[in-house]
Amino acid sequence: MSRPLRRRWDWLLEQRWLLPGLLVAGLALSFAIPEYGLLNRYVQMVLMYVGINIILAVSLNLVNGFMGEFSLAHAGFMAVGAYTAALLTMRVLPVAEFPALFPVAVLAGGLAAALLGLVVAVPSFKVRGDYLAIITLAFLMIVKSVIENIDAVGGPRGIPGIGKLTTLPWVFFWAVAVVWLVRNFVYSRYGRGVLAVREDEIASELMSVHTRRVKFLAFTLSSFGAGVAGALFAHLLQFISPRVFDVIKTTDILIMVYLGGIASIGGSILGATLYTVLLEILRPSTVAALLSWLPAVVFDPLNEHFIRHLGVWRMVIMPLALVLVMLYWPRGIMGLREYRGFIPRLDREAHRRGDPQGGRRDGAAHRD
Amino acid sequence: MALLTATDVRHYFGGLCALAGFNLALEEGELMGLIGPNGAGKTTVFNLITGVYRASSGSIRFKDTELVGKTPHQITALRIGRTFQNIRLFRDLSVLDNVRIAHYARARYTPIEALLHLGRYRGEERRIVDDSRRLLSIFKLERLAGETAKNLPYGMQRRLEIARALAIGPELLLLDEPAAGMNPNEIDQLMDFIQWIRREFRLTILLIEHQMKLVMGICERIQVLDFGETLIEGPPEAIRSDPRVLEAYLGEAPVA
Amino acid sequence: MSEALVYWLQQVLNALQLGSIYALIALGYTLVYGILTMINFAHGDVFMVGAFFCFLSAVYLGLPFVPTLLLTILGTALLGVLIERLAYKPLRHAPRVSAVITALGVGLFLENFTLALAPYPKNVPALLDNVTWDLGGVSLSSLQVIIIFLSLGLMLVLDHVVHRTPVGMAMRAISWDRTFVPLMGVPVNTIISVTFAIGAGLAGAAGTMYALAYPVIDPYMGIMVGWKAFISAVVGGIGNIRGAMIGAFLLGGVEIMVTAFFPSTYRDFVAFTLLLLLILVRPYGILGQPRTQKV
Repeated sequence: MSRPLRRRWDWLLEQRWLLPGLLVAGLALSFAIPEYGLLNRYVQMVLMYVGINIILAVSLNLVNGFMGEFSLAHAGFMAVGAYTAALLTMRVLPVAEFPALFPVAVLAGGLAAALLGLVVAVPSFKVRGDYLAIITLAFLMIVKSVIENIDAVGGPRGIPGIGKLTTLPWVFFWAVAVVWLVRNFVYSRYGRGVLAVREDEIASELMSVHTRRVKFLAFTLSSFGAGVAGALFAHLLQFISPRVFDVIKTTDILIMVYLGGIASIGGSILGATLYTVLLEILRPSTVAALLSWLPAVVFDPLNEHFIRHLGVWRMVIMPLALVLVMLYWPRGIMGLREYRGFIPRLDREAHRRGDPQGGRRDGAAHRD
Repeated sequence: MALLTATDVRHYFGGLCALAGFNLALEEGELMGLIGPNGAGKTTVFNLITGVYRASSGSIRFKDTELVGKTPHQITALRIGRTFQNIRLFRDLSVLDNVRIAHYARARYTPIEALLHLGRYRGEERRIVDDSRRLLSIFKLERLAGETAKNLPYGMQRRLEIARALAIGPELLLLDEPAAGMNPNEIDQLMDFIQWIRREFRLTILLIEHQMKLVMGICERIQVLDFGETLIEGPPEAIRSDPRVLEAYLGEAPVA
Repeated sequence: MSEALVYWLQQVLNALQLGSIYALIALGYTLVYGILTMINFAHGDVFMVGAFFCFLSAVYLGLPFVPTLLLTILGTALLGVLIERLAYKPLRHAPRVSAVITALGVGLFLENFTLALAPYPKNVPALLDNVTWDLGGVSLSSLQVIIIFLSLGLMLVLDHVVHRTPVGMAMRAISWDRTFVPLMGVPVNTIISVTFAIGAGLAGAAGTMYALAYPVIDPYMGIMVGWKAFISAVVGGIGNIRGAMIGAFLLGGVEIMVTAFFPSTYRDFVAFTLLLLLILVRPYGILGQPRTQKV
């Protein structure tokens, strides 16, 4: 970017009204898009998946990035949220008459998952690292097989026919809400405590950090996010079964987190968006539509030999891309940096005032 | 009454006796040194006081509170600060965050207030930032607030560690070999500095040190540990002239 | 023999068979972990590739059992070295978790690549004339005997290599200290490659035997089996070779026993709950040593 443009950009990012402005615009758009059909249904669907994946990635980043643990249980919390919310909207809450009750179900899904998050936090007092990874994996498997063995919730067959209650405005609202909560948590004494635990658990205790409480809170908030995402997911897909929430689902979320960058909210948003959108763009129909302007002489053989097969090969390309990203940016695209709009003003100023370079290296880099 | 009292504290690692009946009475405002050969149990004493280890038997009291059985963060919150023999900063965090983290127990807001950034959150966070920056400026680290801790030179890391320990607002400060790796010139500065923070922050200080110059120069009282037992305790002059101390360090009595 | 005893013996036999396969894979996890403190999440998929190598060799090359087994071991060993050199080696000094995520990526790549080439599950032909003996009611197949004894043999060889040969000594030295051992003239890169080759080769052997015992193979078969083998390694104390074997037979035993006495859908539930309890009671596994932290 040229220098004046760069300065304009910096000035724009500094504005107080930027974030609220973006939020209002986003909310307005999320209502307008389905209302006036600004984008086709498929793109709307992709946008909703992007939103849900942002919730998943940001909330998992709290444990795997900020706290530096390696939890594999996220899909399990998601399952709990999905089943709780789906059962509520199908059997308890009269959502048909009162669609406004849907957020109650989503909140309940989040809270149910959060409650279980407390249970997973307990072993984290005893073991860390690889052993905690195994415990969370075991937890995920247990959730899955418990659901499989309860006939009342459909057992291995799952629950079909869930109402399609998840809409673009709701996804937008919940994504903003979860990101906001996680961001607030991160920039509080508890969030700093989480970072301290990642760095050196014993030293943090000796600096008065109540490490147990901090871990409890982080696990709870993280699983709350997963529960909310699960609830939205269930009412978008309209069908859930234990198989939907297996290790592969957790792996997807892990990839989004580490692709974007650990300990960075902005990174998780970026990672979730990139991953979701790339997977969709690589679909044969999308690629064909994107390249349809090519003359038939070029397009037809391309389509015949390449595009038509993308359905399978895109799943080969994606992990390859992930490996390449890891080799070149081992800490993910954003590294440990944070999008400065997420850093509270107080934090940014506190870090900047004493900077000998006079503030060009702003707070965004303070965790470099 | 003494600020910190240890009565007959014993500690075993498996069958190995690390500390055999440790006694201490530290008066308020005192500056006391803990010396002894390597492996004498000095750092174990710090770990027992701060709750990293739990004493096998005996009692450690800080003011009116029994410390044995409490967790480290509870003990630290009673205003006992410490540094480490091998620097243990939060290496990947900023200098400012290192100090802010140590304000954890003194911040008065709840998780809900933190999640919603409401209520006391803003005022408390503002206060923590101000306090932290004040500490950093005392330690001449203010300009480096945004720097990552691991990028600081060694001497500054030592300073930052003391600043961080002071951020918990201690009445008692435990310094574990503060002069390690310093040249004589730096040790002189450190001696002045310790005296100064002691006055400025009204501290009681217990320090472990191998540099005799520092220990003899600033401590009012010294206790010598050897093989987990107290060899002798007294003012620096008495320690310096005691043959048992030399023997403990050198393994044999010097030729008279 | 009483009916109950026959039943029990039969289950023990099944448990031994499943346990040996888990053990062969678990050894790969534990070897790599021991030397690099890295969880090689692609290892389960190397096992899967092994099963497919076996399929290719049997169907397209028409080779009998022994050449197939050797070819598979060779193929997966090469694959293991290739993965290490291309994907893990550049990350040796990066944060540990980057290597873990890379491993997950490599695993996904292997799964989806195989899926792209083989969209439908494959049937592996029987490479051995399966004779079944009836021992007083307990049926014992030649396949079971081969699986169990071949696995045990491979484990003995490995144990010997690690504890009695210079290569094994170098491996143990690197796992002990990665900063100074290279200064002693140990060729670290070679030793790490050898470790990956051994681990992957064992997974290939496991893949072959698995394909013979359960002949329908698909690209995702490595996920669950891989995770369970990994769990075996953890239960035994990760990084500890004998621990991995103990853990594997324990897990195999638990799974077979649960399936024998409860509905089979309870298998994972019981197995994982037991794992959870065990780790809570013995956080570092059966033979593992806690790494104490000095303050």
